[in-house]
Amino acid sequence: MRKGLSLFNVTSIALGLAFLYLPIAILVIYSFNASRLVTVWGGWSTRWYIELLHDSAMLEAAWNSIRIAALSASAATVLGTLAAVALIRAGRFRGRTAFAGMIYAPLVMPEVITGLSLLLLFVAINADRGFWTVVIAHTTVTASFVTVVVQSRLVSFDRSLEEAAMDLGCPPLKTFMVVTLPLIFPAVAAGWMLAFTLSFDDLVIASFSTGPGATTLPMRIYSEVRLGVKPEINAICTVMITVVAIGVIGAALITRRAERRKAKEAVAAG
Amino acid sequence: MTDDPPIAPRRSRSGWGRRLVILAPALWLLLFFVVPCLIVLKISLSQTVIAQPPYTPLLDLSEGLKGVEDFVSGLSVESYKLLGSDTLYIMSYFRSLMIAALSTLILLLIGYPIAYGIARAPRGAQPVLVMAVFLPFLTAFLIRIYAWINILQREGLLNDALIALGVIKAPLVWLATDTAVIIGIVYSYLPFMVLPLYASLEKLDDTLLEAAADLGCPRWKAFWLVTVPLSAAGAAAGALLCFIPIAGEFVIPDLLGGSNAMMIGQTLWTEFFQNKDWPVASAIAIALLVILLFPILVYERLQLRDLEER
Repeated sequence: MRKGLSLFNVTSIALGLAFLYLPIAILVIYSFNASRLVTVWGGWSTRWYIELLHDSAMLEAAWNSIRIAALSASAATVLGTLAAVALIRAGRFRGRTAFAGMIYAPLVMPEVITGLSLLLLFVAINADRGFWTVVIAHTTVTASFVTVVVQSRLVSFDRSLEEAAMDLGCPPLKTFMVVTLPLIFPAVAAGWMLAFTLSFDDLVIASFSTGPGATTLPMRIYSEVRLGVKPEINAICTVMITVVAIGVIGAALITRRAERRKAKEAVAAG
Repeated sequence: MTDDPPIAPRRSRSGWGRRLVILAPALWLLLFFVVPCLIVLKISLSQTVIAQPPYTPLLDLSEGLKGVEDFVSGLSVESYKLLGSDTLYIMSYFRSLMIAALSTLILLLIGYPIAYGIARAPRGAQPVLVMAVFLPFLTAFLIRIYAWINILQREGLLNDALIALGVIKAPLVWLATDTAVIIGIVYSYLPFMVLPLYASLEKLDDTLLEAAADLGCPRWKAFWLVTVPLSAAGAAAGALLCFIPIAGEFVIPDLLGGSNAMMIGQTLWTEFFQNKDWPVASAIAIALLVILLFPILVYERLQLRDLEER
């Protein structure tokens, strides 16, 4: 598409970003509000952060969520990457359309349906509901998102590199490990991060698939929010935003440095 | 040197590796996505009992064929009859579809100019802008909805701002209205609308617009006749990616909406967690799936076409 921004383009981008970021900014500012009343400004204070540190139920829920998100994101990354390779690199196989349909369906499936169906499965097979059932549920839902991210990278890179390796006698698995994986690594990492945040954020599917003793952070926040607005929640939010922002900016810097290094190597070799 | 032939087959078409790559995700999804949906279908045809699990009949395979016969004769369509006869459920479906349709329309109207703007931005700025649109999605969804409670409540910032600007004299009620639900939905789903639209606008071939201009077509007309039709696939993908999950949305209407009229996701949640009526909750899920079947199939077709084009 032709480049060049008109006033209209700039305004729409600016308004769009303002709409997306203003509520978050307000939350961050109010997390430093000394007043208990959320709508009254009582001066700057860090008291809600200190209260947060003493809320052991909230901290335990956060720790559960981090472990669930890390485990399910890792499993989803393996499954999702395999599925992407199967869709893009495995050629035609019987049932490919059904396979693709099964991969894309969880992307749009309403969460209440997925959550309910997984719970009924766990009841039917008599599984103890708790930490591991949430991990399985989140793996299932987030793997499809990983597939979409990895798939778009797989189609965009030069296939002749893989073919050259195989022509020289490199077995398929080794080709994948030494040629394909390094090339698609940024997408695999992005997929993992996406899966992690989706799991970390999820209320509905976790509520259905969990059991006693495995309360996640969103479940805890939800029960607090239902009781009314609490300034402590603003503080959690700010912590989470900071963590995500650091993660995303860090990942962006790492990929940029890797790409620069690659470009330099290419120049040196060329 | 290995014993491999000097020129290996270009792609091993039947190796165990290839089989594993296909089978591992396929089996996982079969077990944890397809089978659970079938179980929901089965339980929607069961009846509630006070027991653990709280439904009957149970399939008892240890009794062989008789177990299956008992099971089949025990199935009933009671739950579906209830859904069809109680206006509460029908209204709930209707409301969900109306809110989903209206929100999707607003998302298209807001999302298109943003995606168009990003597609026309300098090449170097585009990844940054795409990330900027996507970033809020990565920060706690629940908390972003919670942020809107702060803004929309009676003494909230929206009323303060509108009064300060002189638009209104007395505070308006925003929270617990459909307006609040739609604001929350549009806010949460905006990235899902902008990104597919951007992807299709970004690919657009400029020579077509130049040709239109050379032939004396005014810019606005070229936009309608060239740009809009060529970005229709992206718009459709974005609209479906929003419409389908919105129709089953639970968190946003639960936190921002009123308590008198529920969306179907809330109805399902209530039947399951409060009334403990698993068969009715399952029937609600299956009926929702049937209603959404057509949009889901269209979405799948678009995804598959996208896959084949590359």
